[in-house]
Amino acid sequence: MPDELLRTEGLRKEFGGLVAVDDVDFTVPAGSIVSLIGPNGAGKTTFFNMLTGVYKPTAGRVHFNGEDMTGKPPHAFTQRGIGRTFQNIRLFQNMTALENVLVGMHVRLKGNLFEAIIRTPRVKREEVEARVRARELLEFSGLRRKDAEIGRNLSYGDQRRLEVARALATQPKLLLLDEPTAGMNPQETADFTSFVGRLREERGLSVLLIEHDMRVVMGVSDRVTVLDYGERIAEGTPKEIQQNERVIEAYLGKSAVSS
Amino acid sequence: MRRRIRARVSAAWWAALGAVGLPRSRWDALDRGVRRAVKAAVWVAISLVLVALFGVWRTSALAIAAIVLLLVVPRWSRLTVRGWHVGKWVAPLAVLALAASYPYYVNHMPEIPLFGPFPQLSTLVVMTVFTMMALGLNFVVGYAGLLDLGYVAFYAMGAYMAGWFASGQFAKQNVNIGAVGLYEGATGFHFSIWLVLVMAGIATAVVGVIIGLPTLRLRGDYLAIVTLGFGEILPQIARNGDHLFGTNFNLTNGTGGITPIDGPGFGNWLDQHFHLPANFLTAGNLDSVFLWTGLGLVLITVFCSARLRDSRIGRAWIAIREDETAAAAMGVPLMRTKTWSYATGAFFGGVAGAFYASYKSGAFPDDFFFQISVFILCMVILGGMGNIWGVIFGACFLTYLDREGLSNIGTQINDQFGITLDVPKYEFGIFGIIIVVVMLFRPEGLIPSSRRAAELHEGVHDEPLYDHEIAGA
Repeated sequence: MPDELLRTEGLRKEFGGLVAVDDVDFTVPAGSIVSLIGPNGAGKTTFFNMLTGVYKPTAGRVHFNGEDMTGKPPHAFTQRGIGRTFQNIRLFQNMTALENVLVGMHVRLKGNLFEAIIRTPRVKREEVEARVRARELLEFSGLRRKDAEIGRNLSYGDQRRLEVARALATQPKLLLLDEPTAGMNPQETADFTSFVGRLREERGLSVLLIEHDMRVVMGVSDRVTVLDYGERIAEGTPKEIQQNERVIEAYLGKSAVSS
Repeated sequence: MRRRIRARVSAAWWAALGAVGLPRSRWDALDRGVRRAVKAAVWVAISLVLVALFGVWRTSALAIAAIVLLLVVPRWSRLTVRGWHVGKWVAPLAVLALAASYPYYVNHMPEIPLFGPFPQLSTLVVMTVFTMMALGLNFVVGYAGLLDLGYVAFYAMGAYMAGWFASGQFAKQNVNIGAVGLYEGATGFHFSIWLVLVMAGIATAVVGVIIGLPTLRLRGDYLAIVTLGFGEILPQIARNGDHLFGTNFNLTNGTGGITPIDGPGFGNWLDQHFHLPANFLTAGNLDSVFLWTGLGLVLITVFCSARLRDSRIGRAWIAIREDETAAAAMGVPLMRTKTWSYATGAFFGGVAGAFYASYKSGAFPDDFFFQISVFILCMVILGGMGNIWGVIFGACFLTYLDREGLSNIGTQINDQFGITLDVPKYEFGIFGIIIVVVMLFRPEGLIPSSRRAAELHEGVHDEPLYDHEIAGA
């Protein structure tokens, strides 16, 4: 495995005349937790969408795990090992928690249409195993005994957790979390921060995080990248970022330096 | 509004019962089983009174009452035998048994108030055909949530497959593979209908994939319009296919249609040894054997529907329906999965078309109007999208109205009021009203899947978040 799990070169996205992401070079080293911060509208989510194939870049390339993924469809990214969550939760609202996770396993299961109709022993075994693993994932994500709940009926925090569980079900090497702690209270945020740490320790995942909560960012990140108006204005360790003049001016504000 | 009406009716009801010394508290204190029995008995009594008032009183009405009571009162769904959950099979098996034995008791049935006599056998055969088609469309509309307004194209394709491979259409050829009921010196392709059913399904599925590949990239309304176009194109080809592209090649025999088409049958050997009908079309109980065959095909369709719904691919379909973007991000290949749903739906549409063509012994371009697409879609919507039972009910009920119900009702109305209103003429207006009423009061259909009901009441994520050029592959 190359040291760099994910690398972008001159990644650019234009919507009409608007340059949402402006020639961003960016790397996620294997086994690291990287944060992407910046003011609202800085192009963070657009950047994310290019990393998962939802948007096709106007220019530039995306390499994942040594493979050029530019222009591939979203499921190919998932298949290679990029899992993601969404900024505004996008669960399958009317499926149960267990089914949500099972959909996440889609690329890792093999049963096709004909096998499903005949229900061959292989498919039967696969389905049973998938359910066991799905329950494990739910438990790991703090959703023990919630497997039969309909997604819509879960509490906000549980919906966020379920999104992570669903993303983990795709067996990612790199997990992309889009503002995972938005709307969480301080206790939930703290729990989540340690949960992200556990993902790396126990599952060997690399994590790319979009986050506004600086305690989370500074607490877990190895590296931080700052976007402003689609441009990368800074990159470095959390310490360096906190002291970077441009970042303070564009985003953090003076008070953040002391915190 | 509905809830308010219901509350008021219920309050009035309990007030009336309380006045005669049966307050609600006494009712609630009863055992649950007793309450079920009483409720069922009251309903049966009411329907018996209605039968006696409006129709003919017969012992068969009592027999129906007995069967209804037997099915409704005990809680069959809880029944388990040695750990096997047998209960869930009781209702389906009962329905199947009633349908299969229909030829034996249809002539002993009482008239239903307003609806008139029970449907004829031939109507039941058509019901099986449309049930199969509605279940096929349910793969596309109900499971994957893709609005398909051109389903009739698959029906036509299936029917013409039967026309090509089980009739004298191609007179230069002379191939006979297991066909029954041929006269001496017959020309053309004559494949056994059993083979033709499979071939029609596969060919139609292939056509479904060909149509699907360019169209399924579109979302929502656009998809509906393009499928609508294909639904018009194929029947037009059928109508004008007697000089295909000016080459004098007669593919479809134009407006005349292809007729006669061979009937299904088991051949003489099976007839002699197992008393299976040698040729359905010459069998004495033609409609019965077609009904049983149709029921068999419906069973296969239901089986596949249920199995696929609970499988990896079925989950992917439902995920696409719920949130396409999230499904793609979770690794569901959109194009491939949608195309599979399209092909599966097309397969059953094709089989149904071929079966129907064999029953009618002909494939005529006038059978494949746009109306049929709407008709089948109505069945799916009325019954309950995504729910197998609902779709079966919708298909049977609308087919009945189409074939007999409306004209029966019309006759009764005309007799009562001394007018001459041609009710079947207003068929699609009436269907329209039914659909509007269903949409207003029960948007999830009469027998909905629980999931679909929630979606229609609460809505789903549907903001497109996609570059159209790469939305698939």
